[in-house]
Amino acid sequence: MATTINGAAAPAIETPRSPRRRPGGPKARTNFELYAWLFMRISGVLLLFLVLGHLFIMNILDGGVQRIGFGFVAGRWASPFWRTWDLLMLVLAELHGTNGLRTVINDYAERAQTRFWLKMLLYVSAGLVITLGSLVIFTFDPNIS
Amino acid sequence: MPKAPAGTLYRGREGMWSWVAHRITGVLIFFFLFAHVLDTALVRVSPSSYDSVIATYKNPIVNLMEVGLVAAVVFHALNGIRITLIDFWKSGPRFQRQMLYTEIVVWLVLVVPGAFFMLKHMFETLFGSAS
Ligand code: HEM
Repeated sequence: MATTINGAAAPAIETPRSPRRRPGGPKARTNFELYAWLFMRISGVLLLFLVLGHLFIMNILDGGVQRIGFGFVAGRWASPFWRTWDLLMLVLAELHGTNGLRTVINDYAERAQTRFWLKMLLYVSAGLVITLGSLVIFTFDPNIS
Repeated sequence: MPKAPAGTLYRGREGMWSWVAHRITGVLIFFFLFAHVLDTALVRVSPSSYDSVIATYKNPIVNLMEVGLVAAVVFHALNGIRITLIDFWKSGPRFQRQMLYTEIVVWLVLVVPGAFFMLKHMFETLFGSAS
């Protein structure tokens, strides 16, 4: 029997920790948001070393950006260590940034259509950046002219 | 008039403003990354086309913007560690404010000398100092 307050039906109160129900939709079937949240933290810790190291080497260490050019890149990418570093940084930063922007879009784009298309644009651009970037690292040719 | 709720971890004051700065810097870095992967991809086209985009980074105005980008990345990185500590360290939420002030000190310690060296390289190239 429904509980009443002064004769009116009281709103149902869910038991604590009952699964979140999407308005008009089925309840979440996966823990995707939990893993996305965890990924932001794990990739963040890795990016701390990869990105700050990259900025230090490229902008500050002997001569900074002034010494960068094709020859500099060829010298660095001769080593599998730096190719691995750059590939890892590319993939982690792009996935981290994409998930971050997904949150931002979900926060500000209120119309379902707008949300959907902004996220499609985001995912297509992320796919392009990861594909192009890794292709460049894997197929780099120091003797190109 | 009901009294405004006292600031919580994410409402008002340090907690909220650090979140705002984290969001703005994150979005800024994301768009720069997009451009940066495209410019680096020119190494696959020809040495001269790569060298000509890199020349824009060596322009003093762009170099100044690059100093700003480095400052934004360092803030986002340090604040990301603070967020992770708030979430996983049991005293994290209690010390979130102290961690923010520590972070600002560490940020200054990294960014001020960093900016100095970035600008030093720029001036040396501009005015041809021997080094
Ligand atoms: C350098 C090391 C980095 C660390 C330690 C770091 C850490 C973090 C963490 C922990 C979050 C989650 C915030 C939350 O859930 O409340 C986050 C959000 C975000 N990060 Fe990063 N990050 C780093 C680099 C980057 C890079 C390279 C990009 C861009 C490609 C980026 C873009 C973003 C964006 C857009 C968000 C979402 C902001 C929001 O929801 O307000 N981050 N970062």
